[in-house]
Amino acid sequence: MEADVLQSTLAQAMSRGGDFAEVFVEDRATSSAMLDQRRVEELSSGRDRGAGIRVVVGETTGFAHTTDLSEKGLHAAAEAAAAVARAGGGGVREVVLGTRRDYPSPARVESGDVAKAKKIELLLQADDVARSEGSSITQVQVALGDSTRRFVVANSEGVFASDHQVRTRFNVSCVATGDTGMQTGYRPIAGTKGFELLNPEAVEEAARGAARQAITKLDARPAPSGDLPVVLASGSGGILFHEACGHGLEADAIMKEASVYAGKVGQQVASPLVTLVDDGTVSGEWGYLAIDDEGHQSSRNVLIENGVLTDYMWDYLRARKDGRVSANGRRQSYQYLPMVRMTNTYLLEGEADADEIVAQTPYGVYVAQLGGGQVNTATGDFVFGMTAAFLIEDGKITSPLRDCNLIGNGPEILKRVDAVGRDSSMIPGTCGKDGQQVPVGCGQATMRLSAITIGGAAA
Amino acid sequence: MSQLLEQADRLLESAQGGEEIEIYLSQGAETEVKAYQGEIENLSTANSSGIGIRVLRDGPAGARVGTAWAGSLDDESVRDALREARDNVQFASEDEYVAFARPDGVVPVSLVLRDESVVTTSIDDKIAMAIDLERRVRGGDARIRQVDSANYSDYVAEAAIVSTMGIRASYARSGAYLSVEAIASDGKDDQTGWGLSVGRAPRELDGEKAALDAISRATRMLGAVKPPSMKCTAVFDPRTAATLLSIIGGALSGDAVVRGRSFFANRIGEMVASSLFSVLDDPTDPRHFAASSHDGEGLACRRNLLISDGRLQAFVYDTRSARRAGTASTGSALRGGIAGSPSAGCRALQLSPGSEDQASILKSVGYGVYVESLMGVHSGVNCISGDFSVGVTGLMIRDGQLAEPVREITVASTLQRMLLDLSHVGNDVEWLPGSAAGQTLAIEEIAVSGS
Repeated sequence: MEADVLQSTLAQAMSRGGDFAEVFVEDRATSSAMLDQRRVEELSSGRDRGAGIRVVVGETTGFAHTTDLSEKGLHAAAEAAAAVARAGGGGVREVVLGTRRDYPSPARVESGDVAKAKKIELLLQADDVARSEGSSITQVQVALGDSTRRFVVANSEGVFASDHQVRTRFNVSCVATGDTGMQTGYRPIAGTKGFELLNPEAVEEAARGAARQAITKLDARPAPSGDLPVVLASGSGGILFHEACGHGLEADAIMKEASVYAGKVGQQVASPLVTLVDDGTVSGEWGYLAIDDEGHQSSRNVLIENGVLTDYMWDYLRARKDGRVSANGRRQSYQYLPMVRMTNTYLLEGEADADEIVAQTPYGVYVAQLGGGQVNTATGDFVFGMTAAFLIEDGKITSPLRDCNLIGNGPEILKRVDAVGRDSSMIPGTCGKDGQQVPVGCGQATMRLSAITIGGAAA
Repeated sequence: MSQLLEQADRLLESAQGGEEIEIYLSQGAETEVKAYQGEIENLSTANSSGIGIRVLRDGPAGARVGTAWAGSLDDESVRDALREARDNVQFASEDEYVAFARPDGVVPVSLVLRDESVVTTSIDDKIAMAIDLERRVRGGDARIRQVDSANYSDYVAEAAIVSTMGIRASYARSGAYLSVEAIASDGKDDQTGWGLSVGRAPRELDGEKAALDAISRATRMLGAVKPPSMKCTAVFDPRTAATLLSIIGGALSGDAVVRGRSFFANRIGEMVASSLFSVLDDPTDPRHFAASSHDGEGLACRRNLLISDGRLQAFVYDTRSARRAGTASTGSALRGGIAGSPSAGCRALQLSPGSEDQASILKSVGYGVYVESLMGVHSGVNCISGDFSVGVTGLMIRDGQLAEPVREITVASTLQRMLLDLSHVGNDVEWLPGSAAGQTLAIEEIAVSGS
């Protein structure tokens, strides 16, 4: 994309007046392969190219997107986006873009350089490993997907940058069947990496893990109902923070006072054991970004420090209003407006020993894997689902439990973190907000909540 | 004949010897207006188009299929997609069940699902509807502290499916929506409620109804408490009942069944639900917003009775899952846009209405929890094991009437048990966006987790 075309498009976007204009041009190639019951059912390749243009006039944003990347097509989209500038004043403003900042992908092996046959070998390997775990495994589905996303973003304030993001994902899901019905197991491997993410060892571990999880759950009993202490295993407990406070710390919710955390900077909002960070710079993680989708460099932001709320997450428009720096403006694709989103959100390690945390819990629930969640930022109420969990009895992990949601209120639950270990790890997730999906990472060390409501069906 | 269909026909000519090709083309336009504090917050307009191509080759042990898609219809994108699809074919497994749909003689119903007024209504009128919606909510009750979002959106879309097997279909649709989320405050606590109005055209929308719905849902939740854990009857309002029905619909997919991923597998003919429960998937019913003349493989949509008086009768199938199950497609292929391959699924579910209205259901239930919103459906419902646990907000039912609001609780059971424990089906059918209509449902023996 030539600088002069972008400059003239931005000038066109501002021709009726306006405070800010932006062009985002994206080219994304994806490929996927799915194996079900040892059959390679489908290989699919996709390509999506287009541009999204926005114009901001006061508090109003106009937006249009197009797949026509000619100068004429971009100008037409700019014209459509500019329709919100109703006063019609202002006139053409010259936009000058400097040298483009380019951020190459850290991926070592791009999808296009890997033989499709090689990808299929990994799918078959996962199937073999999963089935070898036991005859109760009746169904194995393995999926591999990768995407290469290149974009150029330029705005009327001279931001001019390009990024090249490569992501790879491999999922194994198993069904085990027994006298009690069917149970499921699931393991993902995902990273902002190329095909180097995957190797036979990682695939074997994921397949074995998914199969064992399903088999173990065949003996699961209904989860308890009511408040209990909960120990969250290293990794997926990060979803707790993503829901309990992450979304509520996004500046769009804050500015509309649609978050329980609005106006609370400087206040103690969590247990002193909680130091929470959102960090787009963790190379290779699922939520890694060199720059956000508004062209600003990603950064490591401390949101809660020793329990005290220190900052929110920002996109550019809101950061500009508040004199802040933004690093969290993200969009699903050129077809969407950017908004405030998380990247990799994790709890810093504490000092406890993971085994000790369990040993010091007389009775409660040990959650080995979580499967997503949801929050109402205005009330702070949130849920997250456990997809692998066990009872803790006398400080020992005992019976497996069936899937259920846990429910709590963010500001309440953050105060109940009473132990944090030092075995931190991250997991990948897909975060949905206002109809847009973006990849995010979550993480934490083994930790305990003194109590949270378990939404099980046990009497 | 639609231009899209002509274009699809032309692309079909590129089929080579020894291969079958299926072309899916779509194009559409959409508008979205978000209002905030009496002004436009965002105004988005867009046109989009795309192509999905599947190429199939027969082999000794069955056929292989390869897929590719592109988010634009220019020559280069289409050529690249066709090349990729052909390349992908070689790596798929031969599969005796893989096939493209063949015309089956079922005549599609004639449905008028596209209203040109979506296109001809001026942008100013659309903006005015969003701003008016926000104003109604802000001004409707002194306890409304904030309107988080007040949106008008609409779309028109058209699709064509053709294949070398003789499939040739095109269809068009439109939709318009008003949605609003209100935040109410009593000075101590905040509560939220959202309202919605849906139509195929802007004139069908009822901003007043959406506004009142959001206001009443938000304000009546004020002062909500967390009740103790208990086992009781849960009454689902039409919106949440529609979500339940669409979850059940997932397990009625022939695709899930043949893959061994449905708890309904091998249970045809059995009583799987209360005799009050009859499920119909009927995309030919124009009252359903998901109505459609054709399925995702270009076959005519048809009326499929899946559960009758509690007895499991049938599943919905696309071509491939039908072959694997030894039956014929029920015209139930769903396609998730250009990037999705057809897969069997329920499109337009409805329950046979019961004889009672909501008030009389509450009266006969006497005591329980009235469920108004669900949270964590994707994280707490497992359609394979049937485990069900979701966060809810709602109201207590006491003495047969709605009583104090409750929050931060979950309701849990298994889908299998819930179907059997169903005790009342309302006559208050609401046609909603999504794959299921809703009406008040009462389900006994639900575990409520609270304090």
